[in-house]
Amino acid sequence: MNKAIQIDDKDNVATATGDVKKGEQVEVLSPEGKVILKAKPVDDIAFGHKLSLRRIKMGEEIIKYGEVIGVASRVIPAGEWVHTHNVDSARLKTSGEEVRGVTV
Amino acid sequence: MTEFLGYERPDGSVGVRNHLLVIAPIDCSYEPAKKIADQVPGAVAITQTHGCGADTMLVHNLVGTALNPNVAGVLIVGLGCETLTGEMLMEQIEPSGKPVHNITIQELGGTLKTHERGVRLLQEMAQNAAKLRRESFPLSKLTLAVECGGSDATSGLAANPAVGVAADLLIEEGGSVIFGETQEMSGTQHLLARRAVNDQVAKDVYTIIEAQEHRLKAMGVDSRWMSKGNIDGGLTTIEEKSLGAVRKGGTKPIQGVLFNDWERFDKPSKPGLYVMDGTGWDVPSVTHMVAAGAQVVCFTSGAGSTTGHAVAPVIKVTGNPQTYARMTDNMDVNAGTILDGSESLNSVGRRIFDMMVDTANGRLTKAEALGYRDYIVFKRSREAEHLLGHC
Repeated sequence: MNKAIQIDDKDNVATATGDVKKGEQVEVLSPEGKVILKAKPVDDIAFGHKLSLRRIKMGEEIIKYGEVIGVASRVIPAGEWVHTHNVDSARLKTSGEEVRGVTV
Repeated sequence: MTEFLGYERPDGSVGVRNHLLVIAPIDCSYEPAKKIADQVPGAVAITQTHGCGADTMLVHNLVGTALNPNVAGVLIVGLGCETLTGEMLMEQIEPSGKPVHNITIQELGGTLKTHERGVRLLQEMAQNAAKLRRESFPLSKLTLAVECGGSDATSGLAANPAVGVAADLLIEEGGSVIFGETQEMSGTQHLLARRAVNDQVAKDVYTIIEAQEHRLKAMGVDSRWMSKGNIDGGLTTIEEKSLGAVRKGGTKPIQGVLFNDWERFDKPSKPGLYVMDGTGWDVPSVTHMVAAGAQVVCFTSGAGSTTGHAVAPVIKVTGNPQTYARMTDNMDVNAGTILDGSESLNSVGRRIFDMMVDTANGRLTKAEALGYRDYIVFKRSREAEHLLGHC
């Protein structure tokens, strides 16, 4: 079974602990290994990447570790891959395209 | 209480290694300095690559490395006409009571004569250093530097929190821990300030993080706050990276912020956890923390990393099981067991703590056993700091 970790119960995203294919069921676990919910991603989610646990409105905060990690740059449906294409930093606005275009 | 076996230095500090340090104060003399160091067991050569100036930020780092307890004796090999002279370094190293010698190539008449003189001086220091025996000391004599490089999403989930557990255990036993990389604290200032022991320290936390955000905004390099590897690994924003990064410092109260500029180079003044204001570039950050006195380093990496340090053992920890499997030759600890649920965070943290003590006692890390001796001095631009109004 595919797994993802929700680090804090305030989080609206979970991190995949293995590569997940679109449409496959994912068990979302607490850090103690308890199954919190089951999600069905609408995108492929690579190992270490995040999926949304519910619909997130444009401009709404993205929460991981129980803290703000950014804001949604557009509506993010439940189960979508959450990354630079739909999230901006709340501290330094940087569009996802710019971030992805840069190699350091 | 846990103890470790180390070498006592004349100033009362305790080393976990017994290196001889050959300093080329300018890169012009680095090649001969390396050849001299190669000739004598335990000797290692370092330099700085910021040109011919006597910038005090460079002096702080070179002197700090020489004063690190892992160093038994020092040989300075200069070209002879450099602005940052051997005398400037000697003056600050001598009070430690360590043997220190200063020679220059121009004065001795070329590199072959310098080689002969240098090797003789090093040889004598090596013979004496070899007589030292390890003795038992409390962990209050140990400072750990924690660092991350090549972070991915597993760093914040497994490797950093596990190193944080080890950092907490060391502090509970009276030791000290330093964590740096100011730009990787961006977005966490409110959390770090909450852990400060007093208002001044809380204010200092905000000061260094805001100054770093100011520098990066001024350069217009917002998007370079993270590497391609970070983003490919699933880290979306600097806040996300920072929240994962600061977990390597554990959960203890923050005793102080270690400032460093042209006037100051702070080191931990009493046991506990310290935040160092410094670069997010990993090797110079480690260089800096070791110059501030750390004898052992724990370095986490999601993608995998190979680097060591000139005089300090660097323990490599990965939270990514695939990286551990791929790079077992370079990674000392697999913290990826946390992700598959086969081991608890506390158990991995205890393993890292035990390896840290074992390493302090003399066990070589993988980077040491491979002979990796990374050393890079980072320096801010004084002109830019003036233009930004930071000094």
